[in-house]
Order: sequence, then structure tokens, then C-alpha cells
Amino acid sequence: MMRRAAGALVTRDLRLLWTRRGDAFQPALFALLMVMLFALALGGDAKALAPVASAVLWLAVLLAGLLSLDSMFRGDAEDGSLEQWMLAPVPLWWLVLVRTLVHWASTALPVILAVPMLGELLHLPRAQLPVLMVSLMLGTPILSLLGAVVAALTIGMRRAGVLVALLALPLYVPVLVFGAGAVAASAQGLDAVGALLLLGAGLVLALVLAPLAAAAALRIAHN
Amino acid sequence: MNSPVLDRLIRWFHQLGSPPTFDRFAARWAPWAYVLGLLTMAVGLYGALFQVPADYQQGDSFRILYIHVPSAWMSMAIFALMAFYAAIGLVWRIKLCEILAMSCAPIGAAFTLITLATGSIWGKPMWGTWWEWDPRLTTELILLFLYLGVMGLYAAIDDRRNAARAAGFLAIVGVALLPVIRWSVVWWNSLHQGQTIRMFGESSMDASMLAPLAWMVVGTHLWFVGSLLTRARADNLVRESGKDWVARLVEARR
Repeated sequence: MMRRAAGALVTRDLRLLWTRRGDAFQPALFALLMVMLFALALGGDAKALAPVASAVLWLAVLLAGLLSLDSMFRGDAEDGSLEQWMLAPVPLWWLVLVRTLVHWASTALPVILAVPMLGELLHLPRAQLPVLMVSLMLGTPILSLLGAVVAALTIGMRRAGVLVALLALPLYVPVLVFGAGAVAASAQGLDAVGALLLLGAGLVLALVLAPLAAAAALRIAHN
Repeated sequence: MNSPVLDRLIRWFHQLGSPPTFDRFAARWAPWAYVLGLLTMAVGLYGALFQVPADYQQGDSFRILYIHVPSAWMSMAIFALMAFYAAIGLVWRIKLCEILAMSCAPIGAAFTLITLATGSIWGKPMWGTWWEWDPRLTTELILLFLYLGVMGLYAAIDDRRNAARAAGFLAIVGVALLPVIRWSVVWWNSLHQGQTIRMFGESSMDASMLAPLAWMVVGTHLWFVGSLLTRARADNLVRESGKDWVARLVEARR
């Protein structure tokens, strides 16, 4: 039952995504614009860009994810699908988990795939790229899962706006600290595995707890 | 189980949940809490400024800790209390607990702000910088953002009860931060000094320095109670503004 419900939800989300396939590029486009602004603000000099490149890329990915956060449950709340979710014979947290992962794959994954190219624009040292990619792959799902809780809490508002940032960014801080910290450690020749393992542990914890919290938040905020 | 004292206590507790009873209770006790809090803090401040000897390393500038430390403790204790009220409000749907939880947020935010400001003022002569991205400072700043998030969420949703429940849920989620702040000086190598005051065992602070701190801690708690009762009373009156008893209260004032 749970597998069939997940399959149906994934198929529906992918179909909806396909009808608006241009939207999938928007977060990556935003990240590209941010990278451009950072590079120009720092003077475009390779010597100035290379040391901060990994931090700027982490920020670009994080903020691109923040922009698409509001759309996670918004459409379903407006067209009434959310009521169906709550009435469905499968637990709400399961649907929330599936939706969060689909949302991650359609918003965060394209940006991560663009990171090697964006890294070239920022003169990111090649040796840092593998650690950066691993930290992003482990960290961005945590961001999406934490973001799901915030998106669920703000579903009762017509336009959440800045409030989403105020609620989500403090929760994002540890992920950013360990994610960007792993790359910074490896750049200094230290072992990045510790921070990456902590990120992995955080991901496991978020996978278990965040869908439950987001489901509870949906029930509270959506009446 | 059926002792008359206990029965009366339970009945009093249940009645306190009714808005008019709480209004009378808060109107009666809030001024007492304020006055007692002010007096206690005055005693504590007098001791801190005039009686305690200057520190052998830091001179007189260490005296700011008598404001910094109690407000830092309050900033965390109020968050825990807010989450506690919010949890009761969510589980048993007690309206008064929702009101109390939401009234905690601005007070806690103010204590957090005082903590950050006094720490910053102390840090300039001692560390040579207003701000350092140190684990304890950063986590305390995040705590401020969480308070602001709770307040923002409560203000943004139109329906008061839904708003209180959503914001209360955020407060419960945010409790995860409290142990990180508490043990941040132990877990990470930190510029902020480690734990010097211990509830159990020997404190690494001299006993003569502790007495004013105890006064200040009690004083901030009393002040918090007064502030909480006043704020909860105001929110309670706004929510009940359509009811008869509020109209009668306004009539009696005229």
C-alpha cells in the first residue's frame, strides 16, 4: 500500500514537473546569477575567488533551495490534494517524505549537477571539488527535510515571504557549518571525513524525524 | 487521594484556566512580582557594584556578568518553558497555555538581546573585539532568531489559535538547540570561558562573588513572572474582547 501510494505520488509529481519543465532550471539559474554577482563583487580576480569559492557555492546552493521551499506543499494546499493526503490510508509522514525527496531531486539536484561548472567560474581548486560534491549530496537533503517542516508550518499563510527565510535559515546553520567546514578542512590539508560523517549522521536523523515533524506541522497549520 | 486540600488545589488549578479567573489572578499578582523583582535586583546590583571586590585579572569590568549571566540563563530557561507550555497547549488544547507560551517569546527575546549586548560590551575590552564567531555566541544568536521566528509566525497567521499552535510547534522543534548552547563551551574549543558556576560541587568562582549573582537570578525570575502575567493578561483580554466579562471590566473602569 505504502509503495503504491509513493509510486502514484511520484508519477503525479513528475508529470506536473514535466508540464512545467522550464521551472526545473530556475534554481540552477539563480545559483548561476549568485555566483556571477559574488565573482563581480570580489573583483573577478582568480586569487581572490579561489579561497572563498567553496563557501560561495555552498551558499548559492542553500539560497537556491530556500527560494523553492515555499512551493513544496503550496500547490497541494491550494487545490485540496492535502486533504486527500490526510484522508489517505497511508501515514501522512510517508507522503511528506516522498514529496520532500521528489522536491529535492527536482530543485536541489539540478543545482548540484551544475556545481562543477559553477566551480570553474569561481576558480575553485580542482582538488576541493570531490569533497564539495559529497558534502552537498549529504547536506542538501537535510536542508530539504528541515525546509519541509518550515514549509508545512507556513502553509496557513497566503504569502510566507521573508518569514520562511527567518524560520529556515537558523535551522540551516549547522548543516552549512559542517558542509562548508568539510571543504575548508580538506583545503587546509586536514581530514574532511569527520565533518562528512557528521553530515551523514544528520541526514539519517533528519530522514527519520523531519517527516514526522513536518506531518505534525501540516496537521496543525492546515485546517 | 481524596484529601480536601488536594481537591481544592486541583479545582483552583482548573479554574485558573478560565479567562476571567486568569485575568483576576494576573491583575492581582503581576504588580507584586514586578515590585519584588525590582527590589531583589536592586539588592543584587548594589552588592555587585559596591560590595564585591574587583577581580584580580579583569578589574571592575567583570561586574557586567551580574547582568550577563542571569539573562543568559533566563534566555534558555524561558525557551524551555515556552516549549513546555506549547506542548501542553498542543496536547490538551488548553487555551491559556497557548497564550502563556506566546507571551514567553518576546520576554525571552529581550533577555537574549541583553545577553548578547552585555557580552559584546564586555568582549570589547577583554577579547579586543565586539563579536567573535565562537560556538557559544553563534548559538545564542541563533536562539535570538528562533525567538524572532516564533514571534513572526505567531503574528503572521490570522487565526489566533492556529497561529499559537504553529508557533508553539516551532518552539518545540527549537528546543533541540538548548543543549547545544548549554554545552557549546565544553564540546568545542571556545573563546567564551568555560563553566565556572556549578550547582553541584565546587564552583570555580569565589563565594563572595556568588551572593549578588543569586539575588540577580531570583530577581530576573520574579521580573519574568510579572512580565509574563502582564503580557498573557493583555493577550487574553484581546482574544476575549467580544465577551461579556471584558465589557463589564471596561464598564467598571469608566
